[in-house]
Amino acid sequence: MLEMKNVSFGVLADGSDKEIVRGVNLTIPDGKLIVITGPNGGGKSTLAKLIAGIEVPTDGKILLDGEDITGMSVTERARHGIGFAFQQPVKFKGIRVLDLIRIAAGKRLSVADACEYLSAVGLCARDYVDREVNASLSGGELKRIEIATVLARHPRLAVFDEPEAGIDLWSFQNLIAVFEHLRKTISDGSIMIISHQERILNIADEIIVLKDGALQARGTKEEVLPLLGSVVATMGECYSTERRKGETQA
Amino acid sequence: MIKLDEMQKRLLEEVADLHTIPEGAYNIRSNGQSAARQSTANIEIVSKTDVSGLEVHIKPGTRNESVHIPVVMTQSGLKELVYNDFYVGEDADVVIVAGCGIDNCGNSDSEHDGIHRFFVGKNAKVKYVEKHYGSGNGKGKRILNPGTEVYQEEGSVVEMEMVQIKGVDDTTRTTTAKLAAGARLTVRERLMTHGEQRAISSYVVTLDGKDAVADVVSRSVARDTSYQKFEAKIVGNAPSRGHTECDSIIMDQGRILAVPALEANDLDAALVHEAAIGKIAGEQLIKLMTLGLTEQEAEEQIINGFLR
Ligand SMILES: Nc1ncnc2c1ncn2[C@@H]1O[C@H](COP(=O)(O)OP(=O)(O)O)[C@@H](O)[C@H]1O
Ligand SMILES: [Mg+2]
Repeated sequence: MLEMKNVSFGVLADGSDKEIVRGVNLTIPDGKLIVITGPNGGGKSTLAKLIAGIEVPTDGKILLDGEDITGMSVTERARHGIGFAFQQPVKFKGIRVLDLIRIAAGKRLSVADACEYLSAVGLCARDYVDREVNASLSGGELKRIEIATVLARHPRLAVFDEPEAGIDLWSFQNLIAVFEHLRKTISDGSIMIISHQERILNIADEIIVLKDGALQARGTKEEVLPLLGSVVATMGECYSTERRKGETQA
Repeated sequence: MIKLDEMQKRLLEEVADLHTIPEGAYNIRSNGQSAARQSTANIEIVSKTDVSGLEVHIKPGTRNESVHIPVVMTQSGLKELVYNDFYVGEDADVVIVAGCGIDNCGNSDSEHDGIHRFFVGKNAKVKYVEKHYGSGNGKGKRILNPGTEVYQEEGSVVEMEMVQIKGVDDTTRTTTAKLAAGARLTVRERLMTHGEQRAISSYVVTLDGKDAVADVVSRSVARDTSYQKFEAKIVGNAPSRGHTECDSIIMDQGRILAVPALEANDLDAALVHEAAIGKIAGEQLIKLMTLGLTEQEAEEQIINGFLR
């Protein structure tokens, strides 16, 4: 279980304080899949980075299973079971997909075992293990490898930042299956997905809307989806095109 | 045959991946003398008579054979200049492994300067691997100055792998190559410098014949207060293609000067260079830290991958 207590994050921009996350109170209980949504620039990625330890709150506390992790480094948090799939996957020269999966797993996995994680995200594993995690891979491929690295860690809290970006419709179906499977197997942990995609919102136990760095709304999809209309309006085209895509798929 | 001690054996392992006496033709040079030598039916190794060094004659059509000519030095203060010439016959396909390991525990500088010349016949194929390694904690420096000259006849293919990852204090490497029609050259250089080490590497590749192709790629890491200079020049004198790339990571107070140069003397010469120098990207470190590595472990993984 992850708890954020009154967490704020501010930066000094152009000589004045800018609050990017404002007094967020939030609990992610075990066995639950929480989806964070909201307009671009609302502070969602920053919230995820605060959880992973990449940014440090200027105020407030973060607890994992009751333990205060606010002062822990990125490494310590990873070792405590926090997994984080970046919105923009990082590229490496010379590090192969297999190497990255092995680093994530924390042991020298056999090629067959490493391939399982790649197959889970819909990559034909044999074609990928020896590829370098560099710009020769497409955005969607990098994104799926990113998700596979988090699966390989078997985290207690898995955070995915816009996992759907760059992933084609066919794979999207697989992606939903990956998250549903993860939810079943992660009974002593939880999942947080940042997403605009209606079909991901649909599988959430709880949806949280973050806007201007603050919680705008939260609840089950039945409670929040109707409210989203008004929030969505301020999100503009971006969100509504996503909706339309979702509808044509259904 | 001279018996090698443990240190000499360890150096051999580092520079030639040799645990025992290799198969095929070989010459092991230890502290300025030939410690062991073997020629084969197709590959003849003979000593030069005028200067120190070897002549290696590879018969035309020799296939799937290898030549190992490692050099190990454990005697502090030794300085040597060696000339090795390789004559690779037409249509031969061989692997040549050179390399030099210096262990210097003393206080005088040890230096090995090797001039290697390759005369590669028509349609012959050569894979050349050269590794440098230094160890020992004496005050004396470990100095290596390799000079390589490659002359490629029509349709020949040369692949060179140059690796220097550890322990060499001072190195100036000069490589020149001349390619006739249809010849191909690829160079993969991997270099890491530590402490106050200094490494200079310069390439001049001349594409003299139609459809000659050269690809020179260097990846390097400069740590501590070390200094590197990489110069690569490709000259296109015919309709040909050339590419050079220098990709470097600097750490601590490491410094690197990259000087790529292209010269086109033919309208149909297509030449490209790329050069990039920078520290390890912060996001790379952070990504690996989110996978449970410490910052130091992350750095190691990034560098190992980069120099792979
Ligand atoms: N370190 C930082 N310094 C300055 N501004 C930042 C920093 N991190 C994020 N921001 C700004 O904070 C806002 C929220 O960003 P982000 O968390 O990426 O939003 P979202 O993921 O919801 O689109 C954006 O306006 C972004 O430019
Ligand atoms: Mg974001």
